Amino acid sequence: MPAPYIPLLIFALLSAAFPFVALAVVRRMRAGMDSAEATFHADESEIAPKLPPRAEYSGRFYLVAVMFVIFDVATIFLFPWAVKFSELGVYGLLTMLLFLGVLIAGYFWLYRVGALDWT
Amino acid sequence: MIHAILKAAQALLVPVAGVIAMVILLPLLAGYILLVKRKIIADQPDQRDQPDRPLAPPASAQRLLQPFEDVWALALQPDTLPRHADKLLFWFAPMLAAAIALLACSAIPFGPAFPMADLNVGLLFILAVASLGIYAILLGGPSANNHDSLDALRSAARYLSYGMVAALALASALMLAGSLSLRQIVQAQYDQGTWFILYAPVGFFAYLAASIVQVRHPSGDPGSGAGFLRALGILAEYANMIVFAGLATTLFFGGWLRPFARFHDHFLSTPVEMLDALPALLFLALAFYGASAAPQQRSKAHKIAIGSGAGLCVLLAAVMAASLFAAPGVMAAVHGAFWFLAKALACLYGFVWLRFTFPLYRFDRLMRVAWQFLIPLTLANLIGVGVAIVLREQLGVNPFFPSLVMTVATAGVAAWLWGGRNERGARESASPAADGGW
Repeated sequence: MPAPYIPLLIFALLSAAFPFVALAVVRRMRAGMDSAEATFHADESEIAPKLPPRAEYSGRFYLVAVMFVIFDVATIFLFPWAVKFSELGVYGLLTMLLFLGVLIAGYFWLYRVGALDWT
Repeated sequence: MIHAILKAAQALLVPVAGVIAMVILLPLLAGYILLVKRKIIADQPDQRDQPDRPLAPPASAQRLLQPFEDVWALALQPDTLPRHADKLLFWFAPMLAAAIALLACSAIPFGPAFPMADLNVGLLFILAVASLGIYAILLGGPSANNHDSLDALRSAARYLSYGMVAALALASALMLAGSLSLRQIVQAQYDQGTWFILYAPVGFFAYLAASIVQVRHPSGDPGSGAGFLRALGILAEYANMIVFAGLATTLFFGGWLRPFARFHDHFLSTPVEMLDALPALLFLALAFYGASAAPQQRSKAHKIAIGSGAGLCVLLAAVMAASLFAAPGVMAAVHGAFWFLAKALACLYGFVWLRFTFPLYRFDRLMRVAWQFLIPLTLANLIGVGVAIVLREQLGVNPFFPSLVMTVATAGVAAWLWGGRNERGARESASPAADGGW
């Protein structure tokens, strides 16, 4: 295992432990107190909501998710290209312009059909 | 055998000590960010109705102990639970958020001596861990089983959209650096003789904007609970701010490099690097200020607190001065940490000031800004930075000239995009059907 990953592993374990340790400390601090958990109505103001919490959601959330996947995959391809950009030179720039061109054409289509509007 | 174990333990001692120190110091830093935030809000003419009350305006040096009081108050507050909540997930989500945010902080190189700086995919690691935060949002919101579910969906959509903007913005600095290792990125800025913000200012702007939107505002969320869970939520968000400050410093502000890091190369006749004396002088000035302010404090406890702060500054000034005469490695480690922290804290202050001075757009407008303005802008910025690099390397002109031209071109694209966005927005608000409040 490469050396830099060992402290990272320790850090991962410590960060995972941190909330639990903090919780234990807080519990200990509150030990003598009346620490019954307060329970509230759904919105904490003791006013019962009129609608069920799991109401209908706008379908646009699915649209965001799909567009995110498309653009994020493009971003994933961009990262190694960006790292090697200086070595690739003009060739790298032109090929990436081609790649981005396809993406941007799709973006304009999304813009045209109104998928990027949020009203 | 025993010798080998001892040697391994010795090699691990520094990283482990560093890790433990960070796990302790990060919550403390988060407490001070909260203090600064409250001070900023208190300075505003119209103090918005904040759930955590703003400080009274004369927030003097005696407030420096406030974070401890805040933590104490939050820890002793009883936890609240919405009536139909899924208790396990409701507790698990903020704990997950805090653990993820702490882990994302772990790979930030707070100086050249930090072992994590050598991670060959350091930047990718931080981005990957930070993006896990979406799980905490999506688990936490619906687990309350109230209208926070919708809020969580909105937060998730915000987080994803602006996360992509941030990644695309950082890619422009990557093109200049040519590495994912944070040490190599800083080294590239040394080799090229400038900070990358001068080559890719639009990238920095987009990263700043994206980070401001990505950081939620837990103390304002009604569903963020109270007591311990709320403390964890605040910690997670402020740790995310620290991640922003650390990455912005590393990628755009030269990391742990001193300003004018190559001064000595150009003026070989100077016997010592005069600028290296700056940290020590800065701490001395702070110590002087503290020593003069201490007798004017109201109570004895405050006098002692401020006085010992001044003493600490004297000590730090001595460390900074002594390291000048130590081995070059020690000097680089101590001064590198100083410069990194100075830049990162300046970034952090700017971030907190912007975040809590200007109100955020309504949700639908935020999404429109991301998809219709920032994403095309960051793509244009990538192309602009690429063209500038190619021009620089093929034609061998002064590196600043192509960067300047391409930045102006990208700014033109930004103006065009923003204008189109406003036109469309004006048309919509003119039509009666547009309320956009979903």
